[in-house]
Amino acid sequence: MSTIVLLALTGIGLAGLYFLVASGLTLIFGLMRVLNFAHGAFLLLGGYCAWLLGAQLMDAAGNVSNAGFLAMLIAALAAGAVIGTLTELVLIRPLYRREFAQVLVTVGLGLVVGALVMGIWGGDPRNFPAPPWTHGIVRILGANVPASRFLLIGVALLVLVALVAFLRHTRYGLIVRAGVENRTMVSALGIDVRRAFTLVFALGGALAGLSGALAGVYFGAVSPGLGSMLLIDAFIVVVIGGLGSITGSALAALAVGLLQQFANYYFTGIGDLAIVLLLAVVLLVRPRGMLGAST
Amino acid sequence: MSAGAAASPARLPGAAVAQPAILLHVRDVHARLGGAHILQGVDFDVPGRGVTALLGRNGVGKTTTLRAILGIVPRSGTVTFDGQPLDGLATFRVILRGIGYVPEDRDVFAGLTVAENLRLAERRGVPPRYDLVFDLFPDLAARRRQAAGTLSGGQQQMLSIARALLNPARLLLVDEPSKGLSPRLVGETVAALARIAEDIPVLLVEQNLAAVRKLAEHVLVMAEGRIVHAGPAADFLADAALTQTLLGVSAGTGAQA
Repeated sequence: MSTIVLLALTGIGLAGLYFLVASGLTLIFGLMRVLNFAHGAFLLLGGYCAWLLGAQLMDAAGNVSNAGFLAMLIAALAAGAVIGTLTELVLIRPLYRREFAQVLVTVGLGLVVGALVMGIWGGDPRNFPAPPWTHGIVRILGANVPASRFLLIGVALLVLVALVAFLRHTRYGLIVRAGVENRTMVSALGIDVRRAFTLVFALGGALAGLSGALAGVYFGAVSPGLGSMLLIDAFIVVVIGGLGSITGSALAALAVGLLQQFANYYFTGIGDLAIVLLLAVVLLVRPRGMLGAST
Repeated sequence: MSAGAAASPARLPGAAVAQPAILLHVRDVHARLGGAHILQGVDFDVPGRGVTALLGRNGVGKTTTLRAILGIVPRSGTVTFDGQPLDGLATFRVILRGIGYVPEDRDVFAGLTVAENLRLAERRGVPPRYDLVFDLFPDLAARRRQAAGTLSGGQQQMLSIARALLNPARLLLVDEPSKGLSPRLVGETVAALARIAEDIPVLLVEQNLAAVRKLAEHVLVMAEGRIVHAGPAADFLADAALTQTLLGVSAGTGAQA
């Protein structure tokens, strides 16, 4: 029982991380038809920014205060938002209507940022400073669950609620939802849909940056491979959930996180294989994903 | 753009001010889609009042012509709207000059409610004309909370027209409003367009010649990416030989082209 609880909470925590990366990807793809391969780079920059700030703030034991930790998360969020915005304005926008070229440029950016991070800070994992409570253990139903799981779950839930509220109740949310269905028609109502493009890149970048910092907490370190590793899982989540659907991404993240954990434990190390199989099954049964749009 | 005409709810405010004799000039417009040369030098004028019908067989480029005017498909040539060139403008800027667009297949946002579809069309600093659209289409008012994707084809068409009328427009581009609708709904749509066209000039792509006969004052006929005939609608529709040659139907029957 305690094993199941631990696996479930770890899976849900991981799902939170996947969701944070996938939600931005799915919004960008839904609206712009661009599979953003630079999303891992956004994550990486967020994680390293938080680490750089944390390294200034931490004490001799590698701990930071709660306020310092909050500052690290905000720095990661801001770094992601800035790189996301710049990517859209500088690289994506000049390639308007050339979606294949847009995808290629994100691939290039992803490679460049990965190599830069490697060049500047080296290939070794860097210990990620965090408040002591994140290393603590919470006893729940007989299981010893690391507190960081609850941090991931909490942040992911907060982001999910905020994103759904944004999409449902704001003008830009309305534009994004409409644009995911038919962005030409959004322009044909007199709306500058390109502003929504910049917005989803900023938003997606911010969430990716935040997840970079949270990944640092979860794994206890940041390393140059973090972005591409989480990006692959996030892509799978996006496809399973249905391209362009936030709630689909949340559900798919949950399925992927849980399946990966349980498969890894009960069938030693086949977690990744299991989620690829899940992907294959979903694509066979529902080619547009769980909650995919009809177009 | 005057709000002065709003005195009677039955009248459409916005376009009742003096319109130029020729509202839209289209000159030598070419467009290519996926390597195919769809528009091969389209020239025509749209007068500042009444319905101008753009006719032609399937695939001659009628829809592409509307989309080229709006900048949805890339084009060359010049398009002038009320004396101002539209060339090189992004689609949303063309629309904001005062053109309403009712696309082929309605293109309502299926996952959004009726109210959200209309709210999306609202513009900052422009009072939305809900009285007007709900007066024209009372059905929509009753279905505000319904997802647009669950509306019938006729209701979707009404929503699509309502969306284009929510802001004052000086010209409406309407693409095959009767497509896929039952005869009764075609009648309702035509009646609504006739009311709208009393105040706002309409460029109408339509295959249903009975609808064209009721609505249009002028016709433009396309063939192979060019305008091959332009003139008064009544004369064209009365000329059985001409309609047979250009559209492949006899207008006398009023049948679907």
